[in-house]
Parts: sequence; C-alpha cells; structure tokens
Amino acid sequence: MKKLILGNEGVARGAYEAGIKVAAAYPGTPSTEITEFIAKYDEVYAEWSPNEKVAMEVAIGASMAGARAMVTMKHVGLNVAADPLFTVSYTGVNGGLVVLVADDPGMHSSQNEQDSRCYARAAHVPMLEPADSQEAKDYMKLAFNLSEKYDTPVFVRMTTRVSHAQSIVEIGEREEIELKPYEKNIQKNVMMPGMAIKRHIVVENRMNQLAEDANSLEINRIEWNDTKIGIITSGIAYQYVKEALPNASVLKLGMVHPLPMKLIKEFADKVETLYIVEELEAVIEEQVKANGISAIGKEIFSVQGELSVKKILSAIANKEIQTKNPEALPGRPPVLCPGCPHRGIYYVMKKLKLNATGDIGCYTLGALEPLAGIDTCVCMGASVGMVHGIEKARGRDFSKNWVGVIGDSTFIHSGITGLIDIVYNKGMSTVVILDNSTTGMTGHQDNPATGKTIKGEAAPVLNLVELAKAIGIKNVRVVDPFDLKEVEAVLKEETNKDEPSVIIASRPCALLIKEKKAPYKITDACVLCGACLRLGCPAIEKQDGKVVINDALCNGCGLCPKVCRVNAIVKDGE
Amino acid sequence: METKNILIVGVGGQGTLLTSRIIGDVAVKKGYDVKMSEVHGMAQRGGSVVTHVRYGDKVYSPLVEEGTCDILLAFEKLEALRWIHYLKEDGIAIVNNQEINPMPVITGAAQYPEDIIERIKVTCKKTYIVDALNIAKELGNIKVLNTVLLGILSKHLGLEKTDWEEAIERTVPPKTIELNKKAFSTGYELEIK
Ligand SMILES: Cc1ncc(C[n+]2csc(CCOP(=O)(O)OP(=O)(O)O)c2C)c(N)n1
Ligand code: SF4
Ligand code: SF4
Repeated sequence: MKKLILGNEGVARGAYEAGIKVAAAYPGTPSTEITEFIAKYDEVYAEWSPNEKVAMEVAIGASMAGARAMVTMKHVGLNVAADPLFTVSYTGVNGGLVVLVADDPGMHSSQNEQDSRCYARAAHVPMLEPADSQEAKDYMKLAFNLSEKYDTPVFVRMTTRVSHAQSIVEIGEREEIELKPYEKNIQKNVMMPGMAIKRHIVVENRMNQLAEDANSLEINRIEWNDTKIGIITSGIAYQYVKEALPNASVLKLGMVHPLPMKLIKEFADKVETLYIVEELEAVIEEQVKANGISAIGKEIFSVQGELSVKKILSAIANKEIQTKNPEALPGRPPVLCPGCPHRGIYYVMKKLKLNATGDIGCYTLGALEPLAGIDTCVCMGASVGMVHGIEKARGRDFSKNWVGVIGDSTFIHSGITGLIDIVYNKGMSTVVILDNSTTGMTGHQDNPATGKTIKGEAAPVLNLVELAKAIGIKNVRVVDPFDLKEVEAVLKEETNKDEPSVIIASRPCALLIKEKKAPYKITDACVLCGACLRLGCPAIEKQDGKVVINDALCNGCGLCPKVCRVNAIVKDGE
Repeated sequence: METKNILIVGVGGQGTLLTSRIIGDVAVKKGYDVKMSEVHGMAQRGGSVVTHVRYGDKVYSPLVEEGTCDILLAFEKLEALRWIHYLKEDGIAIVNNQEINPMPVITGAAQYPEDIIERIKVTCKKTYIVDALNIAKELGNIKVLNTVLLGILSKHLGLEKTDWEEAIERTVPPKTIELNKKAFSTGYELEIK
C-alpha cells in the first residue's frame, strides 16, 4: 500500500516494521511527531522521558536487555544525552539500538543550528541520513540491522525539511524480532578504565571495518550522468541538487559517517570538477580534502542556514534566477496565544520592572514587545542556574530585581538540579514555574506533572510543591497567573525575602481547554489608555483610532477586563 | 506533466495544513508523485506559516522555489503580499480578504499596509479576492474557512469535483465531513472576479 506520509511518520513506521520494542524520547521540533506516531502501535512500549539523557539511558537498558530500541530527540537534545552516548559507543549493543536525532538548519524552531554529524564523528557512531519519507522508513530498518551486525548504536539523522515533508511511502509489514538472550558481561558492559581501554580498541576496529564496508553499501550510490560536474551530497541537499542540476553526476551518501573513501575517490577520479553540497558544517568536505581529494564546498556555500535549488544554481552553475524582490513588510513573529496563561505573569513582571533569566518553551515568546518579560534564553533549565549566578556575581541587592522563569516540562527536564544548587549554595533567588499542565511549545505532550503517559494512560502526578519543599525551599507559593493582584503581591514578597523561593503559576494552556467561551468586546467607555494593548494579546488591536477585540481570535479568557480601569471590556452579548 | 507548485500561506492556527493534506491526498490518488513541506513548531503560535505542495511525474524537492509558484492560496492578506514574489509570471493568487494584525502592528512599531490588494495586483494579474471568513461564519463554523478556500483553489487544478469530495471524506474528522463538503461546494461554486 502506498501512502503520503511525513518523514517523521516514515521513521516511526520503519522502527515499527523493524520490530522495535521500546521507544523513549523527549519532545523537540522537528523530531516530536516520531514518538507520537510510534506510541500508536500497541506492540511498542513508548514513553516521554523527563529529558533526553534519561531517554537515551532507557533505550540503552532496553537494548542491553535484548530488545530493539530507539531514542529520539532534536539536535540540542543530543547535548543533554551526550554523556551516555559517548560510552554506549564503547559498550555496543545487544538488541539493535538506534539514536534518532533531528537537526534544524535555518533554526525554524531552535536556539542554534548545530550539526549532529559532528557528534557521529566525535562519538565514533555510524550515521545514516535519509532524504525523504521512504528512505526514512528504509534507513530505520537498515540502521537496526547495522546496529546488531556491527555491535554499535547507529544514528539516523533527520533535518526539518525531511522530518516535516510528506512524500509517498510503500507501507510494509512488521517483522517480530525475538528478544536476544541477556548475558552478564562486565568486560563489555561495565566501563571502568581497565575494560574501557580494551573496548576502545574494539570501537576503532569496528569503525575501520564500517568505513571499508561503506564502499559497497547500497545506500551510498553513484548516479552517473555528465561527468563535467560531480556532486557529493546527502539528505535533503540531494533533492535540491537533483532539481537544480539534473545532468550532473551525483554520489548520494546514505551513510554520512564513516565515509566510503574508496567510493569517493573513484567518483572524484571520473568527474572534472567535484563539488560537495552539504548543509551546515563542512563535515564531508573536510574529510574528503584531508584524503587529498580536491573539491569545492564551503568556498561557495555558507555554513549557515538551509540550502536551496536557487543557491545551488547560483553557486555551481552561475545561474542567477531573477525573481521579484520580496516586499518590505511588518514581520509576523510567533506570539503567545489569545488566552495564554503565561501572559498574566509577564504583565505583572513588567509592571514591577523585574528582570528575568528566561528558559525555553512557549513562554520564551514573551521576550518580545510588548511584554518583553525575559532578559535571557540559552538552553533548557538555564534560567535557574543563571539567576543564581547573577546573584553570586552582583549580590542580593542586585538580584532582588531578578527572577528565573521556567515552564513545568522544562523544570522537570533540567531545572530541578539548578534549584538544588540554589538551596545548597545558600542562594536567595526566586524561581517562577509556569505550570500550564503541558509541554506546550512542541505541541502539547504530557509530562510527569500532567498525570498522563504518552499512550494516554493515567500516571502518578509529580507534585511540584512537595518537590520544591523536599529540595529545601521553604517559600513555595502557588498562584493563578490570571489573578493579577495576587501575582503582584506574591512576586513582591518573595523577591524581597533573603531566602530562596519558588512561585508556581498554575493555569492550563489555553489550547487544552476545548469548550469555546464567548469573546469579549470593547465598549464606548474606552478612554484609549492602551493598558489592554500592553497585554500583547493578538486579539486586541487598534483600528481607525479605536481599540477593538477581534472576535475571530479572542478566546474569552477574561484577562483583559482585569487591566481595564474604566470597565470598558465586557463579554459579547452583555 | 510539468510539476504543479502551490503555496498555501497564512497565520499559525488558521488551519492551512488541512487544506494542503487534502490536495496531497487527491494528487496521490491521481497517481502523481507528491511532496509537501509543512510547518510544525514555533511558527504555529500565530507566526507566518507556509505549506509547499508539489506534484507531477517526479518531484525531488519538497520546496517551491521563488518565481515558480503556479498558485498562491493566502489565508490572510499581509501573508499574501509576503509570499507574492514566489509566483511565476502568469501565476494565480487566491486571497482571503482577512486582516490579522501581527504583534509589531499591535504594539505600534509597524503599520498594517493599507494598499495590500493593490500591491498584490501589481505583481499578479490573476488575483481573486474572497471574503471566506464571512462565508465560513455563515456556514456556522469559522474553522471551515480552509475548505471554502480549497473549493475555490480546486477549480484551478482541473480535477473532478468528486475527486475532491472523496479526499475530504478521507481526510477530515468524520463528524465534520458534511460541513466540510458543504463549505467546499460553497467555495467551488463561488463566482469571483
Ligand atoms: C534540550 C532540549 N530538548 C528539547 C527542546 C525542545 N523544546 C523547546 S520548548 C520545550 C517544551 C517546553 O515546555 P514547558 O517548559 O512546559 O513550557 P510551555 O511550552 O508549555 O510553555 C521543548 C521540549 C529544547 N529546546 N532543548
Ligand atoms: S500553546 Fe498554550 S502555553 Fe503555548 S502560547 Fe498557546 S496558550 Fe500559551
Ligand atoms: S478575553 Fe481579552 S485577553 Fe483574553 S483572549 Fe480575549 S481579547 Fe485576549
């Protein structure tokens, strides 16, 4: 059966057909849908783990126990999971182990555009890179086979344009794979220096063998054509190359680490000019050149952002496509939804002129005007450690004006350890946990504090209040972020204490509430003070000198009437 | 067949994805190779979103390149203008005459351009303006805005009406099939200049 599916569904389908038993992940664009699709298969155990490191360890355990297992994350998640990664490379696997990592060239939804291929090289783990949904499915199956054959974890690398593109896939059947027997083997699985030294030798031999075998691997294929131009490429860049230069000869690499150097030499020898077309870092290019092969790559391409047909035509064929210039227009950055619970906290923080170390989630969107609620965003969990660092650098008088702001999922992911640090090292910071009962930014996944698993089953609810207390925070306050008076009072009190505090702002994400509430409207009583406009609700706008509420956007949350001093905002129909 | 290039643009949350998925479904059924590129993630929170749809005998890239787009379907006026340069010389623009102010306009840092339709028409000779939001409101649910627009678009793709109706049946949630088919028909039968 042929089906039009997302690259991410292709990955999930491939894992399923390969007989996978355990899938662990932490959500992150563009990888999130993979695990959501896998969770639909009854034969597979799937979970959202609290973070990528834990997810990786769950998958490693499952593999050692003899099952085919995978772990899924976005590129920056691999930083979090890097510690187990580098050592599971030494232990190798029992059941096949696939590490799926999705990169985001162009940073559509990310804070950086790091290239995961660098991890493959650094950790000595082979990496496959599909170019469409069918390959995503096929490469997953191959990855499990390679993993077991070479006793190694195997990376499959996706990028946004493969993950979130739909293309046609031939759906197959699931192959049930028997669990491999578990045998205790401390020489292989306990990485103390004595054992690790020996395993490192195994790793080097394995990678040498793989590099040799890569030369005849089917997914590394040459498409001979005119030999004036030869192009080495992989992943989505292959699609752009085929579109831009249909007559060029192409060496398409399905495995991007280790590289098939003999095949590359053979290809290079037969073409007049060799180009390397790869997004982000010069990973292939540097290795090719180090092998004494002359090629053109980053001389004509950038290490930044995504490639395109247009860029390739311009760089290689010197063909400038004349197009009209884009119009100069106001931008449309993403915003907090109408009715978003985060809006209340930021409104008060702005009123109190507080500074904030921020974190990653929907609430990062509150960095922009008019709320402008946070000063920083580095990585998940950073808000907690950073607010403590600020205090240690400049003293309590300075830090009284600061809070750390972090979402529920992010706090569980990596804010907890920061909080322990604050208590342990006698910090006095205030940390605000924005508990909207979901992992919002990535599309509403459950997490340990929501009471549900990825399969929709009931789960114990992580109690954030008790957790904070157990860590040693004496001042734990719970507020409704839409109770602006209460939020203001609590923020003032807690930031002025010479003790650490946690404020939990609890109200569900607006998109979790299914019943539709009547929208609000603005009456003639409006004195144009602009207070409601400072909420940054996309439904409140100025039109022909009047402030109006767009009834197609308003979700009836009732926050704006609370900031109107003349009671000009009323429910429609009242 | 030469590859058809369609761009569907709008504001995150407007339901552009359903439209592209129905087009994709029809194209697959008709035996074409199909590629579509969607936006998931951050921009879905009210940002500028675009879906690329391409179908033909053999399609490599999932992205429509600038200057090659056959049809631009815009759910919002400002977004229509933002993507208009993607149209090829004789391309078609179908524009929902709806205004959604982006945050820089709400904060007063920028102005919502007043002459959008004129500027679109300077670039695109075949522009169709439609008030799909009100049509959807009259049908009883603003969410079917997307199937109304699909109805209009479908006429420019030269496939049978029944092909589309079947695709709607396969794609939308079962409870909303009738409403969506009605919305599609309303768009399909609309006479627009
Ligand atoms: C290490 C890492 N993993 C995953 C992500 C992707 N990501 C960005 S925000 C976010 C979730 C935020 O959820 P939460 O903290 O509950 O805030 P909300 O979006 O619900 O406001 C995730 C998973 C990331 N940026 N970095
Ligand atoms: S998805 Fe939820 S948490 Fe995210 S911006 Fe919208 S309302 Fe706020
Ligand atoms: S009630 Fe006010 S703040 Fe809430 S969504 Fe409607 S316009 Fe926005």
